[in-house]
Amino acid sequence: MPQAATPTPSAQTPSVRPELSVAPGRRALVIGASSGIGAALVEELARRGYAVGALARRASELDALAKKCGGRVVVRAHDVSRFAEVPALFEALVRELGGLDLVIFAAGIMPEVERHEYDSEKDLKMLAINFGGCVAWCNEAAKYLRAQRSGTIVGISSIAGERGRKGNPMYGATKAAMNHYLEALRNRLAEASVHVCTIKPGFIDTVMTRGKKTFWLIGADAAARQILDKAAKRKNETFVPTRWWTVAFVVRTIPSAIFRHMNF
Amino acid sequence: MTTHPETLFDWTAARPATSLEYAEGWGMAAGSVSRILRPRSLEELAQCYALARREGVTLGLRGTGNSYGDASLNGRGYVLDTSRMNRILAWDPATGVATCEPGVTIEKLWKSILADGWWPRVVSGTMFPTLGGAAAMNIHGKNNYAVGTIGDAIREFDLATPAGEHLTCSRERNADLFHAAIGGFGMLGAFTRIVLETKKVHSGDLRVRAKATRDLAAMIEYIEAHKADADYLVGWVDCFARGRSLGRGLIHHANYLHQGEDPDPRATLTVEHQELPANILGVFPKDQVWRALRLFNHDLGMRAINFAKYRAGFLEELDEPYLQSHAGFAFLLDYVPNWKWAYGRTPRERGLIQYQSFVPHAAALATFTELLERCHAAGLVPYLGVFKRHRPDPFWLTHAVDGWSFALDFKVEPSTRERLWRLCHELSETVIASGGRFYFAKDLVLRPEDAARAFPADRLAAFRALKARHDPDGTLATDLWRRVFAPAQG
Repeated sequence: MPQAATPTPSAQTPSVRPELSVAPGRRALVIGASSGIGAALVEELARRGYAVGALARRASELDALAKKCGGRVVVRAHDVSRFAEVPALFEALVRELGGLDLVIFAAGIMPEVERHEYDSEKDLKMLAINFGGCVAWCNEAAKYLRAQRSGTIVGISSIAGERGRKGNPMYGATKAAMNHYLEALRNRLAEASVHVCTIKPGFIDTVMTRGKKTFWLIGADAAARQILDKAAKRKNETFVPTRWWTVAFVVRTIPSAIFRHMNF
Repeated sequence: MTTHPETLFDWTAARPATSLEYAEGWGMAAGSVSRILRPRSLEELAQCYALARREGVTLGLRGTGNSYGDASLNGRGYVLDTSRMNRILAWDPATGVATCEPGVTIEKLWKSILADGWWPRVVSGTMFPTLGGAAAMNIHGKNNYAVGTIGDAIREFDLATPAGEHLTCSRERNADLFHAAIGGFGMLGAFTRIVLETKKVHSGDLRVRAKATRDLAAMIEYIEAHKADADYLVGWVDCFARGRSLGRGLIHHANYLHQGEDPDPRATLTVEHQELPANILGVFPKDQVWRALRLFNHDLGMRAINFAKYRAGFLEELDEPYLQSHAGFAFLLDYVPNWKWAYGRTPRERGLIQYQSFVPHAAALATFTELLERCHAAGLVPYLGVFKRHRPDPFWLTHAVDGWSFALDFKVEPSTRERLWRLCHELSETVIASGGRFYFAKDLVLRPEDAARAFPADRLAAFRALKARHDPDGTLATDLWRRVFAPAQG
């Protein structure tokens, strides 16, 4: 009888580009990598010897980032709200990296919302990107990491998910949803030794905070270092910088009757 | 601003779900990262075949991945997982005939039919396999000597072949495919509909008695003497014992209750009555037990556990026969989640293999004695041994013989792996010399030359011819197929 057809390269065991070849344990995906914390994470990962797959909408900025980091970064243009593309992209990148140990979901948008703006289009777009994208990517990662019984998923949430503030209802809601979803994922994947880390940044110096009144502001590169260190320590939910827990504690404690009169 | 709020719900296109995952054999000692296709319908299954044709890749059929070795792996192509085609299409409580999609698990089947007073005629030692996988492997249970394999309980099935045909097969129609696809480890096509007969039961309980046996001969003698009156017989063997105690163990002998023996069958024929509690003594969760077992998972610890179990067997034997639920008797270990992790769980490096051989009656005692002695000589003692009686069946590549099987669980470690495989190859020589056979659901060690001698040459040739006819491009392939059969091709 005829021999089995020769599989195409895509079906072969991962074809790792030589410059990407790293020791197992140091292969990462960063979703939302073109700017802000995501871009800083890619740089920091590359510096720490990781092979990194970087995704974002803006291809040109990714290319510049990859050039800056050297050969160990592969990039793909991708809009995280296009959920149906995720499985194929995930597969292509994992094959190219030769495996996967760390997934960081850092994509997110925070458009300006007026005092009494109730715009479903704007809100649902935020939902699709901030939370839908997180679910689409983390589910894919969860299936893969669970089966190999190792790895880490990091979700970049926000301190904005602690309370329902007047300012931007949907942004906070997507971050609260992320916290809940990632906690459940953490509990599900624990038996498979896969860790899920929820990062809640305070003010980080990125486009998201430009022009806003801020305090305790730190640079994105410093945030990236802290995030990777905390993920390595297998923190569950943690603030970046850590001192933001005090703010979160106070914010959570304020009774609703008072909270609704506060403007921030 | 362009927005895509509709992308939130853009899942309407009917296409099989795909994802990149690490697929592994149940014993964890083999596995590979593969694209896994999960069709939910016949249309999506056809799309999978079309995809494989278009891309020129092979497909390896997989259910819930309960085969110990590499039978459900395809490291050089895609894995076609049919476990989402899992509807029970028809159930007749008057005749006990169930019509199922291939992804229906034994668990789903028994839980669906029990209240009507039926139980699957053949079940494996775990309830998690799919019926598609069970048919492809032609699984057996602790009653193989009495009722045959699951193939004997199957009336007919539909098979979707890579050549594009959708054939109904039974003992009358397409009889060659019927007898080759059952036990054909997924090399001829995907089951899409399986019609199987089940067994009428008058109680949710079995009457179980225990018998401790001092050596292998005593075990064979007891089972042989009781195979006419017992509905289930299974022997456990303490493989650490040597010399005059070689093969000592414990037999469990179970019988169905007759009509009227159970005063309240409606109470026992319930899922709640069947299932075992999730906690030990109400507090210690069983899904943590593997961590405790792990502390004993070395030669010394397992020697102690095997010894304790053997001694406790004498106490159990003194007891009156006791009642145990069907699920409790058949699937005891399913209620200790992930117990296999006690063997270590580094993918591909640690885990277990089960070496199960099937030997004709006359040669059984001498052959199995020799197997155990060889294990001791090699310093690789199985941590678990299970002994069963079998009967022949008409399926082409069946493992069952008119004789006995001995299943040996070996711990796999990086440091012993090579020696273990060498030992298994030696054991295979002994088994083959006795006219013995092997079982693809368990295997991870067989070589092409072993299979060529263990299975009848005419059946192997006929099987290859049938595969060439129904899978002319060789689309269906697994790591098992390539390891054991493909090199012998012209």
